[in-house]
This record gives sequence, C-alpha cells and structure tokens, in this order.
Amino acid sequence: MAADPPVGQAPAETAPTVGPRPPDAAPGADGADGVDVGAQAAADRNPADEHMARGLRATSNSPDLIQLLSPEGVFTPHPDFPLEVTADLLKGLYRDLVLVRRFDREGNALQRQGQLSIWVPLLGQEAAQIGSGRALRPQDFAFPSYREHGVAWCRGVDPTELLGIFRGTDHSGWDPVAARFHDYTIVIGNQALNGAGYAMGQAFDGKVGSGDPDTDEATIVYFGDGGTAQGDIHEGMVFAAAFDAPVVFYCQNNQWAISEPIEKMTRVPLYKRAAGYGMPGFRVDGNDVLACLAVTRWALDECRSGNGPVMIEAFTYRMDAHTTSDDPTRYRLADETEHWKLLDPIERVRAYLAREGLADKEFFDFVQAEADQLADRFRTFAVAMPVPTHERIFANVYTDPNPQVQRQQQEFDEYLAGFDSEAGQ
Amino acid sequence: MTETQAQPAQQQTAEGAAETLQNLTLAKSLNNGLRAAMEADPKVLVMGEDVGKLGGVFRITDGLQKDFGEHRVMDTPLAESGIIGAAVGLAMRGYRPVCEIQFDGFVFPGFDQIISQVAKITYRSQGAWSMPLTVRIPYGGGIGAVEHHAESPEAFFCHIAGIKVVACSNAHDAYWMIQQAIASNDPVIFFEPKRRYWEKSKVDTANKPDTTFSTVVRRPGDQVTLIGYGATMPVALAAADAAAAEGISAEVLDLRTLSPLDLDPVLESVRHTGRAVVITEAPREGSLASEVAARISEEAFHSLAAPVQRVTGFDTPYPPSKLEEEYLPDLDKVLFAVDRALSY
Ligand SMILES: Cc1ncc(C[n+]2csc(CCOP(=O)(O)OP(=O)(O)O)c2C)c(N)n1
Ligand SMILES: [Mg+2]
Repeated sequence: MAADPPVGQAPAETAPTVGPRPPDAAPGADGADGVDVGAQAAADRNPADEHMARGLRATSNSPDLIQLLSPEGVFTPHPDFPLEVTADLLKGLYRDLVLVRRFDREGNALQRQGQLSIWVPLLGQEAAQIGSGRALRPQDFAFPSYREHGVAWCRGVDPTELLGIFRGTDHSGWDPVAARFHDYTIVIGNQALNGAGYAMGQAFDGKVGSGDPDTDEATIVYFGDGGTAQGDIHEGMVFAAAFDAPVVFYCQNNQWAISEPIEKMTRVPLYKRAAGYGMPGFRVDGNDVLACLAVTRWALDECRSGNGPVMIEAFTYRMDAHTTSDDPTRYRLADETEHWKLLDPIERVRAYLAREGLADKEFFDFVQAEADQLADRFRTFAVAMPVPTHERIFANVYTDPNPQVQRQQQEFDEYLAGFDSEAGQ
Repeated sequence: MTETQAQPAQQQTAEGAAETLQNLTLAKSLNNGLRAAMEADPKVLVMGEDVGKLGGVFRITDGLQKDFGEHRVMDTPLAESGIIGAAVGLAMRGYRPVCEIQFDGFVFPGFDQIISQVAKITYRSQGAWSMPLTVRIPYGGGIGAVEHHAESPEAFFCHIAGIKVVACSNAHDAYWMIQQAIASNDPVIFFEPKRRYWEKSKVDTANKPDTTFSTVVRRPGDQVTLIGYGATMPVALAAADAAAAEGISAEVLDLRTLSPLDLDPVLESVRHTGRAVVITEAPREGSLASEVAARISEEAFHSLAAPVQRVTGFDTPYPPSKLEEEYLPDLDKVLFAVDRALSY
C-alpha cells in the first residue's frame, strides 16, 4: 500500500511540468436540471496530443454511466435499477457518508500528529463504499483492499478497529469471520482470487439459488483501477466465471494508482472488460450513493440467485493523496481535484434532502455533532492504544503450538530477562 | 586476497581527488548511478510502478524521466509479472531493463518470471540468449511500515541458480554496484536497504572499482568475524565498535554478493579469528545466514573455536511495526552472539 518513504524524507518537490489530463467523464456533468457543471472545467482543459493516451476518450467518457442522483441533487429513477427512495433511507445514507468522511479526516490528522504511521484516505469515495456496503445483506461476505473504511463501517466494524494497522500495533484489527468482512489485503489483486474461491464455496454449500433471499449468499470483492492490471484480478474473474461463482467484482475507479493515471492501465472503459469474461458489467456514478446502492443490490441479488458473477465499475475520484506518505502535487494538477469537488458525493444527498424538505437544520446539525463525537472517540482510542507485548510476534504463526517457534520465543524471553537482571545488579 | 575496503579511503585524498568525494545519501547515489548507466548506454531502460513523474515512491528514479524521456523511463501497468516478464522480452531485443519493484513484499507476482524465465533462459538456450536485466528491490524493515513493506526475501532468490543476488550497504557501493549490475550480462537481483536510503556517506565517483560485488572487509579484527550485508552493516559496525570498547577485536565483513557467494574472504577471515557471527534480518530457517554458517563449518571447521552464530529475525511472519525493534537484529543481539562465541 503505502508505498512511500516516511514523511519528510522525500526531496523537495517540483510541480509537474506537463499539462492537465484530458477532461474527465464528469459523471453527471449534464445535470438533469440542465446545469452543465463539468463543461466549463472540461473546456478549459483541452488536452494536447501527448496527453491523449490511446483509447482515453473511451475510458473517460461513457454514455453508459448509471446515475440516479445528479451532482445537483436531482433524483431520476432508473428503469433497470429500481430503488425505493424514502426519507429514512436518504437520511441513513447521509449519516453514513458524513460519519465516514469525518473519521477518515481524523485519520489523516492523527497521522500528521505522529499518532499513526500512515493513513489511507478514502476522501471522495464515500458514496462508492457506502452505496455498495449498504447493499450487502448480513449473510454476504466482503473482501476489501485497503481503503475500504466505508465498507468496514457498513459491516459493523468499529472505526477504532481499523486503527491498529495504521498505528502499527497489528496487521488487522477485527474478527473477519464475525464481521463477514475480510482483513485488508495490501498486495494488489490477491483478494480477487480469494473472493472467487469463497464464492465458489458458497455455491458448493448450496447457498445460492434456493430462492430465499434471507439465506442465499453472495460475495463482493473490492479493488482499484490500478489493480485491474494485475494477473490476480484477471484470474479471479476467470475462476468466478468458470464456476458461476456468486461474486460481484467491484472496481472503484478513482482515476489514479498512486501517480499513474487510469490511461496507463486500460484502453477501454474498465466495465467493458466484463464482457470478455462472459459476465455483465456496469459503470455506475461512484459519487452517487443511490446508484451504487441500487446497482450493487441488483448485482448481489443476481449472484444470490445463481446468475453471478457480475462486474461493477464505480466511477469516482481519489480526492486526497494515495496515502499520507504520498505527494500528489508531483503528478496531478489541482484543477482536476477542483473539478471533482463539484461532483461531491455528500453534497448532492444533502441538496436533495434539503430541497425536498426531507430533513431540516436540526437533522444536519445532529449528524454533524455525532460525527464530531465519533472523531473524538476515534482519536482518544488511537492515542491510548497499547503497544502489544512481544508475545504477539510468536502468536498464531500456526494453529497448533510449534516447537521451533516456542523455542525461539523462550530464548528471546531469556535474552530479555538477561537485561532485567543486569539492570537489577 | 581479502580486499580491505571500509568507506572510500579519504586519507588518500591527493590534490583534486577531494572533488570526486561527495557526501551523499544512499538514495541519491543510486539515482546518480542509474543516471550514469543511462548516459553510458542508450539501451538501458528503467521500468516499474510510479518511476516516472513521481520518481518512484522512494524517489530513486527522480528526474530520470524528465531527462531521458518516457520511452526510457516507463511507468508500467501495475503488474509485477508484467514488469519482469516484459523486461525479459526487452532484454532479448538488446535492451538492458532495470525493473523497480516498489517494495520487497510485492515482488512475488513476478517471482514466476524470475524463476522460470529470467534465471533459466541462458542455460536453456545454451548461451544463445543472455539476460542483462536488473531487478531493484527496496527491502528490509525498520521504517515503521505496514505489512509487506519490511521483508527480507533474499534467500528465496539466492536459492535460484542463474541469477546473481547482491545487496548494497552504503552510498559509495550503491553508486558503483548498480552500474555493475546493469552492465552485467547476467540477471541481477539488486537489494536496496530501504531504511538506509537516507544515510549519507562518502562516494568516490571518479575511481571505478575493478572488483565487482566481492566480499569486503569493512573493519579488520582478530577475535571474531561479523558477517553482514545491506541493512545490517551499520548494526555490525556499531557492534564492532561496542565490542572494541570491551576489549574485543571484531572483524566486519560485508558480503555484497549474496549469490553466488564470494566465500574466500569469509573463510580467510574465519581462519584468522576462529569465530563467526552471521547477521540477517530475514527469518532464520533457510536463511542466507544458514548457508554462510554451513559453508564455514564445511570449509573452515578446523579453524573454528565455536559454532557459527546466527543473528536473524524469528521464524515468524514480519510482525506489526510497533514490534519490529524486538524482531530485528540490533547491536545488543549481535554482542550477545559475540559473547556466546567467545565463551564457548
Ligand atoms: C502487488 C503490489 N504491487 C505494488 C503495490 C504498491 N501499491 C500500493 S497501492 C498501489 C496503487 C493501487 O492503485 P489502485 O488499484 O487504483 O487502488 P487505489 O490505491 O487507487 O485505491 C500500488 C502500486 C502493492 N500494494 N501490491
Ligand atoms: Mg485507483
């Protein structure tokens, strides 16, 4: 993940010398009410030829983008992906989005203050994660990569349980079996095959296609646009297809893999790759929580009923650095980020709630206060986390106690005790 | 003969020679070495994840794409098997690819290409192909990183015949060894001690050393031989200092080449001191330290006054970073092993 030298070690930065990337798809740039939010930004940023990678226009401009809630907060039902939109649903999603963004920002702050060795921000991807995460049923299983704090939230993983990885106290911090949310996977792509195999098991166990939506299961695998280059993602899709596995491949295309733009990875829009594996593929506005929810719910139900696998590309944007160790000013322009600010995933829900009179100031204030409390709790927990004792090094290497590991632990205990007795002398 | 080479000898500084001595970080020195190799041979290519505009996550390739262009410094798709496998094909076409693997723990998707193709092509083709490619891997712990960012996988590579495995331990060696690796017609896995990237030392850029990758004596001594490489060298040298303060004279060797080993200097030293301590950050079982210990006992058994000691990581996965100080070899652990060897 985290790639990158400890902060402060990178040499002085220089601004990138080349021009902007071509205009992005600007999901929902043509707002349903006719306001073309992205057009001006796009017109200002006509790419020169050398910035125009082969196939790029196809990659970034898709007429197939599925959107239910425009950046201006206008709701348009989708014929293929019906969603009953109630005030409760919207308020719940809004709360999720705000709380998750709030503790994510606190993660960044904690890293800056030296309380975490690194944080992997999700800023900008809240809707892609909350929408898909809330589509999961309790019996489903999710395989995250390492940025899925929003999905973790939806699986009932307490945000404080994410902290150990980033504070360096442990490699994972929740019970993946109980949460039905796998440990974070850092090696890009590994989890696609693990998820495919898990889904094969769901099918082998007869948990697919019984017709009972309360017991039939599905799996979702999260990965990034960069990850699609990795062999494991390809093989995961091949396996899932070969075994009709009930798995949703959920790609958050946030346009960047550290410093490499999406054009380095693909000539075609990513969702179109699904066809090559013989599965349906969709591109959803990843900043539209309703679209992410509706399409993922549909896809999981397809899997549940035996029609898997399915691929979803959530078209979104990484608003922050790759991690707190990264410096994006070296490789991308602020204009691009500014442009995506107009497509913010939270503002559109807020606008819809306010315009339709579904929520009042009291509600928004309440959520904000709740978010601040969560951030407080997150911080308090982080700074008080104990350093594990050295026994942790030797624990769980194997399921059974192992003589060699035990002996090394014993020798190390004796070695440490030697210092104590020296000190006592 | 054992070559004695601490840092480039400053005391020899004659008129003018001082200008060639620069105090540089290991990272900057690697960058300079890559630049020199690219200037010397237009067939040298740099390829990997984020090596272009970003200059790599450790900035080792900083500025190279700007100066040599996108065709010689390539941001590749995010796939290590792709990076190494494509480099094999480029090498067949007469290029000299230098692949950057972002972190030790991410080389494994490319491991198949290294074992099955990189290492065997020359042998299989009876010399029709050579494989002049270099795979750079920042390795080792001590930087407070998350999982997969602190491993020492060198032994896996040492077990593969047909590739050379080397590790640099200071800025001077980094500058020359990377150029030697790139110039080599055999494939080289080049381990860079990432926690030493920002340590400065003197680099002599004028006087090209004639030995390649040989084992060197960093500090002469009489009673015990400390053998390390890469990230563990400063630990070994500090331990030798501390031992000297206690009246124990330790000789320190830097292997530099991990496979095939340059063993003669090791044997010569052990025959002199009669005791050896081998240091590596990797887990103990099957480690390079085990190989060195075995070779010493096979070939210098009668000179040994004590069993060869190993100071290594534990036979566990690399622990969470808050525990890495416990896991890694350090000065105290080396001194403890020295005491064991001396009191045997
Ligand atoms: C096999 C492997 N190679 C390299 C890395 C280093 N690395 C961590 S994240 C990353 C970029 C991933 O980009 P993407 O898949 O788009 O996901 P995002 O970080 O944008 O969420 C890289 C190269 C890694 N973790 N694993
Ligand atoms: Mg990405």
